[in-house]
Amino acid sequence: MSMGHLLSIEDLDREAIERIVTRAASFAGVSEREIKKVPALRGRIVLNLFYEASTRTRSSFELAAKRLSADVVNLAAGGSSVEKGESLKDTVLTLSAHKPDVIVLRTPWSGSAALVASWSPAAIVNAGDGKHEHPTQALLDVYTLRERLGGIDGASIWIVGDVAHSRVARSNIIAFQRMGATVTLAGPPTLIPRGIEALGCDVRFTLQELDSADVVYALRMQHERMSETLVPSLREYASWYQINGRRLRPRQVLMHPGPVNRGVELSGEVVDSPQAVITAQVEAGVVVRMAVLYELLASAREAEPAFGRPEAAVTEPARVQAGTPAPTEGARSAGADHARARQTGPLLGRHLPPGALPV
Amino acid sequence: MEERLLLHQPREPAELLLRDVHVLDPRERIDARHDVRVRGGQIAELGPAETLHPDEGEELIDGQGRCRLLPAFFDPHVHLRTPGQEHKEDLRTGTRAAAAGGFAAVVAMPNTEPVLDSAPLLRSLRDTAAREACVPVGFLGAITRGLEGEQLTEMAELRELGALGFSDDGHAVQSAGTLLKAMRYQRLCGGLLALHEEDRTLSREGSMHEGAVSAALGLRGVPTVAESTMVARDAALAGYENARVHFQHLSCSESVAAIAEAKARGWKVSAEVTPHHLLLTEEDVRGLDTRVKMYPPLATDTDRRALLDGLRAGSLDCIASDHAPHAREEKEVPFEQAPPGTTGLETAFAALHTDLVRTGALELGLLVERMTAGAELFGLPTPLIAPGHAANLTLVDLDAEWIAGEHGWESRSANCCFAGRVLKGRVLMTVAAGTVAHRERALAAVAA
Repeated sequence: MSMGHLLSIEDLDREAIERIVTRAASFAGVSEREIKKVPALRGRIVLNLFYEASTRTRSSFELAAKRLSADVVNLAAGGSSVEKGESLKDTVLTLSAHKPDVIVLRTPWSGSAALVASWSPAAIVNAGDGKHEHPTQALLDVYTLRERLGGIDGASIWIVGDVAHSRVARSNIIAFQRMGATVTLAGPPTLIPRGIEALGCDVRFTLQELDSADVVYALRMQHERMSETLVPSLREYASWYQINGRRLRPRQVLMHPGPVNRGVELSGEVVDSPQAVITAQVEAGVVVRMAVLYELLASAREAEPAFGRPEAAVTEPARVQAGTPAPTEGARSAGADHARARQTGPLLGRHLPPGALPV
Repeated sequence: MEERLLLHQPREPAELLLRDVHVLDPRERIDARHDVRVRGGQIAELGPAETLHPDEGEELIDGQGRCRLLPAFFDPHVHLRTPGQEHKEDLRTGTRAAAAGGFAAVVAMPNTEPVLDSAPLLRSLRDTAAREACVPVGFLGAITRGLEGEQLTEMAELRELGALGFSDDGHAVQSAGTLLKAMRYQRLCGGLLALHEEDRTLSREGSMHEGAVSAALGLRGVPTVAESTMVARDAALAGYENARVHFQHLSCSESVAAIAEAKARGWKVSAEVTPHHLLLTEEDVRGLDTRVKMYPPLATDTDRRALLDGLRAGSLDCIASDHAPHAREEKEVPFEQAPPGTTGLETAFAALHTDLVRTGALELGLLVERMTAGAELFGLPTPLIAPGHAANLTLVDLDAEWIAGEHGWESRSANCCFAGRVLKGRVLMTVAAGTVAHRERALAAVAA
C-alpha cells in the first residue's frame, strides 16, 4: 500500500520539498483544463477525517483527490460515532476496515497524526494536529513563494502575530529555513512561546525592523485570545502588529494562511494589494495536495523513494507489498501496534526503545 | 490513636538464612559479606559470611557473596486507586508491584473516588488493606473535603483512625489561607502535611514543561515557577506556623533552592523526588509518548541535575515513585488528552541504579539511604539490618540485566515511562514486616 506518511514537515528534507513543489507545478495545468481531472489515483480511496471545523483545507484536499480521480469520503467529528464517545483509536480502526489508501487527518491534538499512523495501515496526511504542525500548508506556502519570487534561498521571512497558537507557524519556520530562508518571528511576548528560538529563528517584539523582510507572513489573530487576556485588546494589538499600508513596503510579498480578520492582523488595503498572494496560496493548496497524494500513492510504484520516514518503508514490508492479503480485524490492530513498536519514529521517545509496549 | 499505622494481610513470619550476602546498610555502617538469620520475622543473627548454619525449618538462600541485602525501601507516595478506580490498580496489585520493586511499605494518596476525606472510608480502606495488602500500607487523608481546597476534613478523627497525614495531592491547595488553617489544626491532630505544589493560574492547562520542546511541539507549557513559587509560599507559611510539611515530587532547580533556603532557616520541611524527574527531561517528551506525561512535568537537564545535587546534598530527603497507574485505553489517546502519571514501583530502584549508581553519579549507599528515608518523615521506624529489628529486607542482584516490562507487570497498569529500557539490578526477594512479600522466579537458580 503506502510507503510513508506526511506527519511533520520535519520528515522532509530540502530535496523532498522541492520534488513535491515541482510535481505540484506540473499539476497546475490540470486546473486550467475544461475537464479538471487526471486518472492517476483512479480506484484509490482518500478519507478526510476532520475533528475540527475547516473550510479551505478540507475542500482543498477533496478537490485534490478528485482531480486525481480518487474516491473521497468526508467525515466530520460532528454527526459521527465520535459524538457517541468512540475513541480516536476505535474510530481509526473502524474506518481503516474500509481500506482507505490515505487518511487525511485534522484534530485539535498535537501528535495525533503520528498516533493514528501507528494504528492504521493507510498513509496518513497530517492536515493539522493541534498547535503542532500543518505540513501541507508549509508546502503550499513554499510553492507560492517559489512561483512569486523564483526561489526563497536567502530570503528574509517575517512571521507576524500569534505564533503560540499557530500550527502554521511551526511548520513554516522549519520549511522556510530548510529552503534556505531566514525566519524572524514578531508578535506580542504573550503570544511568542518561550523557547521557540531553539528552532533557529529570531524573535522580535516590535515591527520596527520589518523593512528588512522580503516576505511578511501574517497569522490569524483569534478572538478567544482576548478572553485569555493574552493581549489587552484587539485595538492595541492592531496598533502594534497590524500589517497595513504604512508598514508594508512595495517590494514585500504578503502572505496569510486564512481566514483573514480584516482590520485586525491585516488592514483591508493590504489584503487587496498586489503584494498579497493570499488567494494564490489557496490555489496552490489544491495542486500541492495533489502532489502530496500522488507522492504517497502513485510514485510508490516508481522506483524513486517516497518521502516521509523512509525507515517506515524499510521496516514495514507488509505495508509496501501491494496485494498483501488484508489481516483480520484482531490481527490488524496487533499488527499496527507491532508496526509502531518496530518503528523508532516519533512515537517512542529516546529512552523508549523498540519493543516497548504501546499504551 | 490507632496502634497500627500501616496495615497488611497476615502471613507466616519468615524463617530464613541468607548466607553469604553482601549486606549494605548505610545507617548501621555495614558494607560487607555476612550471614543473616531471620527467625519468626525478626532479624535474629548477623554473622561473618559462611559461619551460620540453617536451623530446621529455615529456608537457605545462598547469596554467593554477590547478592546485596539492603534495608527494604519505603515509598511515601503511591496511588493505589482504591476505592473507585480499581480498573487501574487495587490494594493487592499495587502492593504486589511495591514488593516486586523492593518496597516494604508504601503510603497511598487520597485522590480516590470518592476522595479519602471521611472516617468511614478510611476505616473500610484499612480493613481492606489488612486483608489484601502484600506489603504494609499507610493512608493519607485529604486536607480539604473532596480535594476542593476549601473546607478542612475532620483531620483529628482521621488521625485517630490511623491516617498517617494529609495531602490534596494532584490538587494543590491554592488558597494560602486554607493551608494556614490546616497547619494550625496540625497542632491538635499532628500528621504530616504532604503538598503537591502547583499554582493553577500559572500551570493552567499545560501538558508539559514550558520551554524549547513545548514551543516546538505546540503544547501549552507549565512554567517551573508554577511549582517553585508555591514551595516558597508554603515553606514560609510552615515557618510562620512552625508546621511540619513535606513537599511532594519536586521537579525543578528553583524548588530545590527554595527547600534549601527553608531548611537553612530551620523550618520543618522535607521533600521528595521521583526517579523519572531524576532521569528524564523534556527532551524525552518529544515523541509525545503518553507514558512520559506526568505532573509536575519533566523539565530541563539543568533542573534534573539540580534535583540530583539536591538529593546528594540532603535538601531532598527521599525518593518517591509517585506510582500513578492508568488503564491502557486512558493513555492510548493524544498526549494532551492523556491523564498524567507513570507507574514506577517496579522500576524505581533498577532505573536509578542503572543510570545514576552505575554511571558514578550517586553512591549505592546514598541511594539506599534515600530510598528508605521516607519512613522517618511519617514518624515510622526506619528499617535497619540489625538483630532484634523486624525483617524489612530487599535482596538484589546488581548485575542482573532485564528489560522493563518484558514479562509484564505486577501492577494492573502498564504505563511505565521506563518500559522497554534495559535495566541493571533486579530485586530477588522482598521481606516486608517480617514476611516474604516477593520472590523472583529466578531466585531458586541463584540460590542453588
